[in-house]
Amino acid sequence: MSGQTLYDKLWQNHLVEQRDDGSALIYIDRQLIHEVTSPQAFEGLRLAGRKPWRVDANLAVPDHNVPTLRDERVGGIAGIVDPVSRLQVQTLDDNCRDFDIMEFEINDQRQGIVHVVGPEQGATLPGMTIVCGDSHTSTHGALGALAHGIGTSEVEHVMATQCLVQQKMKNMLVRVDGSLLSGVTAKDVVLAIIGKIGTAGGTGYAIEFGGEVIRALSMEGRMTVCNMAIEAGARAGMIACDDKTIDYVRGRTYAPKGEMWERAVEAWRDLHSDDDAQFDRVVELRGEDIRPQVTWGTSPEMVLPVDGVIPDPAAAESAARREAIERALQYMGLEPGMPITGIKLDKVFIGSCTNSRIEDLRAAAAVVRGRRVADSIKLAMVVPGSGEVKEQAEAEGLDKVFTAAGLEWREPGCSMCLAMNSDKLGSGEHCASTSNRNFEGRQGFGGRTHLVSPAMAAAAAVTGHFVDVRDWQEAGQ
Amino acid sequence: MRSFTVLQGLAAPMDRANVDTDLIIPKQFLKSIKRSGFGPNLFDELRYLDQGEPGQDCSGRPVNEDFALNQPRYQGASVLLARENFGCGSSREHAPWALEDYGFRCLIAPSFADIFYNNCFKNGILPIELDAAIVDRLFQQMYANEGYTLTVDLERQVVVTPEGEEIPFEVDAFRKHCLINGLDDIGLTLESADAIRAFESRWQEQSPWLFGTLK
Repeated sequence: MSGQTLYDKLWQNHLVEQRDDGSALIYIDRQLIHEVTSPQAFEGLRLAGRKPWRVDANLAVPDHNVPTLRDERVGGIAGIVDPVSRLQVQTLDDNCRDFDIMEFEINDQRQGIVHVVGPEQGATLPGMTIVCGDSHTSTHGALGALAHGIGTSEVEHVMATQCLVQQKMKNMLVRVDGSLLSGVTAKDVVLAIIGKIGTAGGTGYAIEFGGEVIRALSMEGRMTVCNMAIEAGARAGMIACDDKTIDYVRGRTYAPKGEMWERAVEAWRDLHSDDDAQFDRVVELRGEDIRPQVTWGTSPEMVLPVDGVIPDPAAAESAARREAIERALQYMGLEPGMPITGIKLDKVFIGSCTNSRIEDLRAAAAVVRGRRVADSIKLAMVVPGSGEVKEQAEAEGLDKVFTAAGLEWREPGCSMCLAMNSDKLGSGEHCASTSNRNFEGRQGFGGRTHLVSPAMAAAAAVTGHFVDVRDWQEAGQ
Repeated sequence: MRSFTVLQGLAAPMDRANVDTDLIIPKQFLKSIKRSGFGPNLFDELRYLDQGEPGQDCSGRPVNEDFALNQPRYQGASVLLARENFGCGSSREHAPWALEDYGFRCLIAPSFADIFYNNCFKNGILPIELDAAIVDRLFQQMYANEGYTLTVDLERQVVVTPEGEEIPFEVDAFRKHCLINGLDDIGLTLESADAIRAFESRWQEQSPWLFGTLK
């Protein structure tokens, strides 16, 4: 019998019941909750007269539609201008109080984007099963956990039963060996992976990211990679637990301490795929081949290296592909053959659960330090992923670097990644964004999103168009 | 949940690949704390020419006449024909809520995104995966025949065309059982409460650091 993959181990460790019909009952260690996908689940519990199975397995935080402007934020929930958003955030507070669930409220220092907050607080630990009514829950797999998004009915199901009914997924290994060129980051790696396998490439699979490049990434970088597993169609992305993971978790608020820590670390040492584990599919990339990436279309798979040119639909391999390219080009207002560096930008967004951690902000600040945002840019904003990230960045003086360069420094939240609050694109505006989705209308009705790394977004803010951050950094130094 | 046994319904097209859940129901409508009333905003950015807002009366909004679902021949449709990777992106269950509220009970496509596929079954919607060539043929037949109606028999696991052709499909046994009987699967899972408790106490003994920290 061959060895187990990391996913096989996590699955096996949490298997409550295997049923004859192929489905299984899987135990969930942690449920993260936010204001958008939980109200109907709490209401369901109420209507059925049910209580949470295990209150201490849940952690809630409002993030999707909290305002990021200081003036609107200081008043807390009562200060939220949009009454519909205000009610939703208030409803989360009310539900958490009624059901006795721990919540970091809107102006709590620990508040932030749920996928930044979990790992940061040690509420996300290696070896856990973690769910949240949010597809970017895959982020937490970076700690050697089985983490994936679920719908609201399943949020309610986990609250009521501490379990999910699941079918086991297939195993995929995405191995990136070699090393990255200077200026190439975790974001570029994951965009290159999505460009290679497509947005449905991971459908039905749990993806494990491995290889020298992944091992060399910081924990923040690994979270960026796992965050976008869903953009490759895989609900769950994960990375083996190693010394870096353990060092990251050590000392965090809700991480085990003392003798319990030693026991936990011993268990976590097994959180990797065995040498002889079998994967259903293996995809390989070389780190040296990856250049800074920019999406040009309306799906994350529509991505090219920064020195690329907008594709010609006439050269597409199929009629369906040709139509998709034509539709994307029309929506994006781009012409075939145009260089990526020729795309003129209106706004720049640095933030989101993909790229709002301290390392991301440091990378962006390093690029804009001593420079100015181009006059043609209407708005460039930096939205830290949490109150803790914000405090750390301010302690390092990064906020001053950003504001001196003409970028706005905001309060933590999801912000313009999905534009549920007032941070959004106007119709036709092009945005260099460190977020995860470039879908039509995602950042605002008619808005045109280009996904890039924090360093690439920062460089684009200064020049007003995309530049290869590698040449540009060299030239500027 | 409404049960699903046999559906006879008018088919309508969503003829593009990689339809994401942002397109099915845009984010501004996710601010609702209810699970009903999303139908008028299904495919909002494609259906209307203006930008929709929550709570708005949609009856007076400018309509995009080119969008298939706005054409008279597709009014009352309950079967949606779609292309590859339907429902990708965000996990928002508001997407199946909007489809169901609009009147769709069955979706047929070559492939669906995982989370969306799963969410459909929780809301009485049957997503059916068929070979891309078969889906393409259904599209062509539908375009050629106004009033094109499909019969979907979940018990027998067949889609029946107006010509009487029977196309078999696969569906997971547990999901089929829940859908046919309109079962709330929380109740079913709670039948295993003893097994969950037994697992939990074993797991707590083995991994005590996972318990009792958040409160």
